[in-house]
Amino acid sequence: MKYSYFPGCTLKNKAQDLDHYARISAEALGFELEEISEWQCCGGVYPLGTDEIATKLASVRALNDAKEKGQELVTLCSACHHVIKRVNDDMKNVDDIRTRANNYMALDEPYEGETNVLHYLEVLRDIVGFDELKKKVTNPLKGKKIGAYYGCLLLRPGKIMAFDDPENPKILEDFIRAIGAEPVIYPYRNECCGGYISLKEEEMSKNMCRKIEESASGFGADMLITACPLCMYNLNKNNGGNLPVYYFTELLAEALGLKEEVKEQ
Amino acid sequence: MKTEKNRAELIKEISGVNPLKCMKCGKCSASCPSYNEMDIKPHQFVSYVINEDIESLVNSKSLWKCLSCFACVERCPRDVKPGKLIDAARQIVVRERDNTYLSPDEVPELLDPETPQQLLVSAFRRYRR
Amino acid sequence: MQRIGVFVCHCGTNIAATVDVKKVVEMAQHEPGVVHAEDYAYMCSEAGQELIHKAIKEKKLTGLVVCSCSPRMHETTFRNAAEKAGLNPYMVEIANIREHCSWIHKDIGEATEKAVILMRAAIAKVNLDAPLKPGESKVTKRALVIGGGIAGIQTALDIAEAGYPVDIVEKTPSIGGRMSQLDKTFPTLDCSSCILTPKMGEVNAHPLINIYTYSEVESVAGFVGDFTVEIRKKARSVDMDKCTGCGLCQEKCPSKKSLSEFNRGLSTRSAIYTPFAQAVPNVPVIDREACIKFKTGKCGICSKVCQAGAIDYDQTDEIVTEKYGAIVVATGFDMIKLDKYDEYAYSQSKDVITSLELERIMNAAGPTGGHLERLSDGKDPKEIVFIQCVGSRCADDRGKSYCSKICCMYTAKHAMLIRDKYPDTNVTVFYIDVRTPGKNFDEFYRRAVEDYGVNYIKGQVGKVIPQPNGKLLVQGADLLDSKQILKEADMVVLAAAIEPNPDVRKIATMLTASIDTNNFLTEAHAKLRPVESPTAGIFLSGVCQGPKDIPETVSQAGAAAVKAIGLLAKDKLLTNPCTAHSDELMCNGCSQCANVCPYGAITYEDREVNDHGIRERRRIAVVNDALCQGCGACTVTCPSGAMDLQGFSNRQILAEVDAICR
Repeated sequence: MKYSYFPGCTLKNKAQDLDHYARISAEALGFELEEISEWQCCGGVYPLGTDEIATKLASVRALNDAKEKGQELVTLCSACHHVIKRVNDDMKNVDDIRTRANNYMALDEPYEGETNVLHYLEVLRDIVGFDELKKKVTNPLKGKKIGAYYGCLLLRPGKIMAFDDPENPKILEDFIRAIGAEPVIYPYRNECCGGYISLKEEEMSKNMCRKIEESASGFGADMLITACPLCMYNLNKNNGGNLPVYYFTELLAEALGLKEEVKEQ
Repeated sequence: MKTEKNRAELIKEISGVNPLKCMKCGKCSASCPSYNEMDIKPHQFVSYVINEDIESLVNSKSLWKCLSCFACVERCPRDVKPGKLIDAARQIVVRERDNTYLSPDEVPELLDPETPQQLLVSAFRRYRR
Repeated sequence: MQRIGVFVCHCGTNIAATVDVKKVVEMAQHEPGVVHAEDYAYMCSEAGQELIHKAIKEKKLTGLVVCSCSPRMHETTFRNAAEKAGLNPYMVEIANIREHCSWIHKDIGEATEKAVILMRAAIAKVNLDAPLKPGESKVTKRALVIGGGIAGIQTALDIAEAGYPVDIVEKTPSIGGRMSQLDKTFPTLDCSSCILTPKMGEVNAHPLINIYTYSEVESVAGFVGDFTVEIRKKARSVDMDKCTGCGLCQEKCPSKKSLSEFNRGLSTRSAIYTPFAQAVPNVPVIDREACIKFKTGKCGICSKVCQAGAIDYDQTDEIVTEKYGAIVVATGFDMIKLDKYDEYAYSQSKDVITSLELERIMNAAGPTGGHLERLSDGKDPKEIVFIQCVGSRCADDRGKSYCSKICCMYTAKHAMLIRDKYPDTNVTVFYIDVRTPGKNFDEFYRRAVEDYGVNYIKGQVGKVIPQPNGKLLVQGADLLDSKQILKEADMVVLAAAIEPNPDVRKIATMLTASIDTNNFLTEAHAKLRPVESPTAGIFLSGVCQGPKDIPETVSQAGAAAVKAIGLLAKDKLLTNPCTAHSDELMCNGCSQCANVCPYGAITYEDREVNDHGIRERRRIAVVNDALCQGCGACTVTCPSGAMDLQGFSNRQILAEVDAICR
């Protein structure tokens, strides 16, 4: 199975691990991520204003590219996923945005939200299947107590993201079980890490990350996993270093016995 | 100069929110992780728009403390979505020339070796035009 | 040619402020057949009716058009007036120039033009009206009550007391309903079962009341006064006549792990069980999905220990067919599922419970023997937080749009009872509004605050955060003090919204009773006919019609009973003469009309017809006037145009359309 793939800016730079581990694991799991040529940055945050069109166009281009190839679009970074999924929802359901965006795009055939946007985790859950993944694990991460950190962007708004129960998600926990580790459920896993606020309001982000960390370790986690480079940065910077944070793809590659392979590359 | 009424209308238009749906339950303020940093609280934001006191909103600290984490949006039982109103007020500010919360000049000092691109991109999008 | 009188009502300013009534009268004069036209302030008044009477006599009118409010309001009034003056009541047509015109338009010119058009259509119809005579149908003097909670019980008792036999159909193994699950009732704090069980006993003992428990309505046919209902008596696996209710079978049953429905899943029960000690009838049922005998064929202990020989594994469902004149729906409510509200951690912590679960915990017959304790560790809670409006008053798709009405009062009750019995336990209530309309209700709530020290905080809770130490951190807003509160609690109680019993949709469909978007049954008139369904012969009792507390439910149950009695007291009912009939020369016997008839009113017979001198036997549709409700489905389905509706004939409808398009 071949998917259009939107890596996003950070995965090309600071979060190369997130990307590399994902690609190599995909190969082992029997699906291929075909990077969209000349993708443009999604903007990092979804433009909330109903009158904002230009800031949504990068997403529309990627979506239309996938449509033309007849592929589903896979994302990995939580922020890219959030932005592209919501823009796609606008293109499907909001007449005004669809019309105006298409006026800008001047495509041969207007884009109307046809592309299905999937997060890598959704591919694991819905296409590969966690049971199947479990069978392919050669190096189960036994004894590891892992707290899933979802943050905001994958889950909310629940109706549009349609990713998991926004208040009591389980996809990452199921993933953790599939790679042979033990999930630790803690209540702050869907609380915000501070996001972009950490640039200018470091103290705020610190407080938030501390709460997340205390909650996770209080319930017995000895590491956190995330799908978001910004969450990773904030948690690493602000949590006092007590709880290591990993991209979920790194643990995936490790469980599939591919981690060393990546290191060597 | 736009009147307060104009600006209130503009906020409603940009956000796509009808503040009159609010039943003043305060669940937004109960959910907000930035509550203690805000001078105008999320639930008050709604009534400020209803009462057309936009001057207070655009001068409020809260504009720059909202995380757009959508906790209020997710949990609002009345579909009011205060986070969208806050963003619309922020838009009114940053869409005016020279009116930004983040200037490129101050960026180098804010960076560290690990800063992800995503952080800069996101902050620029939220804090300036 | 008819001699038609047109009467235009002002309805005070309701019509006259938006419609130029004089203009309507003037326009009427030009219409074919109209020999008289006038307007009046209130046509429905005595004086207005007198005008009609006089005009009929003086102008020898043969038909009337009244331009007024909806026929639902005053059609009967004007038909009676016409009849008094010697006119056939079916020669009266109403042009609805209020609901359909003045109330929905603002511009006088446009509204007047539309009123004239509506009047013209009515005149066109009267021109083709023919006198009709209603038939008669019988009334079966027996009532059916669907649902055996307090609403159904009270309705059944009141109908039976008036001397009419009543059957109650209850889905669960016992009557009693939600009220039997409550511990105390507001605002008097009576023990719920102490006041309910005498009524259950009374129903059980009443010679005119027959109770079908563990039974469901399977099908409903017929119409007001003459319903035929099939009731499925589910296999109880216990002989009702032989069982003595000794309870030995339940004691010895080895399968004891099923969750007790009565205790809201907070305790377990045996596979053979009566839901609670005071159950009526006191005869257990076997839950075949849990029973070892049914699952594996091995066991049979209950049968061995039963002295009375009442256990019957071979029992099968039984269908009982019964006739009724009236049907009362009393299907009640349940609490909404909370799976969409996990910010309150209901599925994540055993110490987050619903109010109904708290009722069971507070009750001596409940899972903890009436001792208030945390379900996670059995410890005494020292801090309890109540959260109001969970899923009520919502504009999103997670919850219900309405106020559930009973939560403010039962929460005050819970808070007060806890403070009374456990003075060391602090109680905090997060509320949006405290709504306590009702006799002695606000005083009750104030007592909770002033005499019992219950801490009421205005603001909703955003999140309940389970802590590693087993406590629950409640993050809420205090809107009056402008604070975000983090409160550590041992237990959180959610006032979950109530919703109509999910089965009500199926039942409403069988009864052709209308239902609103929230699955509450609709009244015939929200203010003036609140206990009647728009479907004749169907009455509404209790929460199936809308949220209400016990006193309101009991009042409404009595009101529904009176309406049913009023129907049962009649020996005969006049039937609607506007029924369908088929033209034997045009009918080709295709059966399409019978297929669409919702009332089963159409059958076929082979009949000899004389078609322009040709005699032959043909298969012809025949309508049973007693069953036909005049819905018209057959007339629009009939491909050959043979079906026609008296009073609403195809010709008349087309004449109306022509008049509108003229």
